[in-house]
Amino acid sequence: MNTTTLDTAPTTEKRPAPQLMLCEGNEAAALGVALARPDMVAVYPITPQTSLVEKLAKLIADGRMDADIVDAEGEHSVLSVLQGGALAGARTYTATCGPGLAFMFEPYFRTSGMRLPLVMTIVTRDGITPQSVWGGHQDAMTVREAGWIQMYCETVQEVLDTTVMAFRLAEHHDVMLPVNVCLDGNYLSYGTSRIEMPDQAEVDDFMGHKDVNWHVALDPLRPMAVDPLTGGSGGNGPETFVRYRRGQCAGMKNALHVITEMHEDWARRFGEAHRFAPLVEEYRLDDAEYAIMTLGSMTGAAKDAVDEARAAGEKVGLIKIKTFSPFPVEALQHALRGVRALGVVDRSVNFRWNCGPMFQETLGVLYRLGRQVPAQSFIGGLAGADLTVTTFHRVIDETRALLERAPSDEPVWLNAKD
Amino acid sequence: MEATSTCPSYSARDYKSEVKPVWCPGCGDYSVLGSITKALAELSIPPERVALVSGIGCSSRLPAYTNVFGFHGVHGRALPIATGIKVSRPELTVIASGGDGDGFSIGGNHFMHACRRNVDMTYIVMDNEVYGMTKGQASPTTAPDWEKSKLTPQGTGINPFHPLVIALAAGANFIARGFSGDQNGTAKLITEAIRHPGFSFVQLLSPCVTFRPEQRDWKDMVHPAAVDPTDDPARAARRLMSDDGFNVGVLFRGSRKPFQPGQPASVDSVADLEKEFVL
Repeated sequence: MNTTTLDTAPTTEKRPAPQLMLCEGNEAAALGVALARPDMVAVYPITPQTSLVEKLAKLIADGRMDADIVDAEGEHSVLSVLQGGALAGARTYTATCGPGLAFMFEPYFRTSGMRLPLVMTIVTRDGITPQSVWGGHQDAMTVREAGWIQMYCETVQEVLDTTVMAFRLAEHHDVMLPVNVCLDGNYLSYGTSRIEMPDQAEVDDFMGHKDVNWHVALDPLRPMAVDPLTGGSGGNGPETFVRYRRGQCAGMKNALHVITEMHEDWARRFGEAHRFAPLVEEYRLDDAEYAIMTLGSMTGAAKDAVDEARAAGEKVGLIKIKTFSPFPVEALQHALRGVRALGVVDRSVNFRWNCGPMFQETLGVLYRLGRQVPAQSFIGGLAGADLTVTTFHRVIDETRALLERAPSDEPVWLNAKD
Repeated sequence: MEATSTCPSYSARDYKSEVKPVWCPGCGDYSVLGSITKALAELSIPPERVALVSGIGCSSRLPAYTNVFGFHGVHGRALPIATGIKVSRPELTVIASGGDGDGFSIGGNHFMHACRRNVDMTYIVMDNEVYGMTKGQASPTTAPDWEKSKLTPQGTGINPFHPLVIALAAGANFIARGFSGDQNGTAKLITEAIRHPGFSFVQLLSPCVTFRPEQRDWKDMVHPAAVDPTDDPARAARRLMSDDGFNVGVLFRGSRKPFQPGQPASVDSVADLEKEFVL
């Protein structure tokens, strides 16, 4: 996918009435996968991901999806099977979460190094221990240094649309990186919502020609071994290694504009119901004095709280991060341009900094802003705890207070019993 | 580990915790819990001298339902964890438990190497030929043509795993099969497995009444092993390869020396342990 189709004329008038459906986030992800026409999926059940891969199995069994399916003996095998498939030229997909993602870590790290354009949904689940099968972002956050692109979804429609786009993004020649589509376990995975199904023919046109592993030369006259052991400091090993790492970083950087163009193309083709902010969503920010920052499905309740606060005269806005990796530094700088106090809500923990991971990443952006913005880390929604409109009113109140006083070095633990 | 006059006697209830199991009504695992506690009472092992380790799955919830030392471990990794406990505290009676998914699928590698290493412990697998906790997917012991799983609606089409044959080939020192419906018979098997030196493997057919209701018929299909257990691996192999899967009893008693590196730990009583924790 070298070409984007930004020059395509808007098709609003010719667009047929969309097919409406009611479905869960897991089902939406599976339908998105089917629309993208992968050649191979590998599966292993784990709560709360299971119904997603079961839906894929059904689509395949019913003949609605033409893909090979491998029911593997564990997540490590799932991702290894897909590496083999991708090396052999297949468009590949799987989904996992929590402990399954942890078990996958060895092949997970290698997937980005080998520039294999896999797509994997993380139906986010909190990290164990303590044992819990409930939602949280700790699984996806914990692997954020492994070179995968990570996009978090707010709604069921966004899950479906982002899943399709993820394949084109992964396979884009300027990117060639694996992609995680993250959806909140329990809230989005089982949350039922109305969606509009994109038209398959239009999706096919959006996806373009399938060209999965152009970097691996499948030339029968010139077989090649992928990823041989690089040498030590006496040879050219480290140089080769650095070349890989720099290439991965370049792909990450390129992904920012590819994601932006792709979302624009997608919305143009499928309509306003399919328009999502590609990197950072700015909500009621224009004249905001202070803002709260969210990730994933919590954003809905947070927007409601912002609306209520606005109605009460508060100049508060909301910043939603869609693309977490690569971190959208410039887009976030833009969003923060007028903000004088910031509250960042994470559903996971950064143990190094005693704060939330998104908060810690944002500190780097605040540094680049070149002015002091008091910012407070809030941690909530761990292990399935509810982040309600009431919770976000507390976040708004405590963030507003930062206009008058310094933030705390300690995170605010929402949902904690003191 | 024989009961002696110096040991207090215990009843099965002494090994049960206050935690109420969350298994489905009719699940075979209730009875297995009863068999394990009966076996421990029969052996009169003080609860603080027993470590029970599991992985992930319905049956792996078992440690919480006992009041021995328990650990609800990582999916498929009960055996390596149990190995670590036994190697560092050889005086403990170590039991690993779990299901066919945990033990033969995601943890299949460890099953083979635990048999081979032959550490003195007992591995109890509640086999119901299904992943129960994720709601009914095919496991390695599921028949290839079972079509009730949403994940493999046309069957897995792959050959089932034969845990007893693999245990034998990998070097397990004691191999038995039991049926959860026979609580006393299963307790006897577990008692013997714990007594036998080295790695003891006990496969317990334990019906999943929710996702495999047809397994209620197992009670009519199990039958006692028609022959005495053998210590000859070749003979055991021939028998196991040709058995019908419902042959219940001790099927192999080996004589390999258990693996135990290093010296026995110096701490040998609760009183000694408590001394270490006096503030």
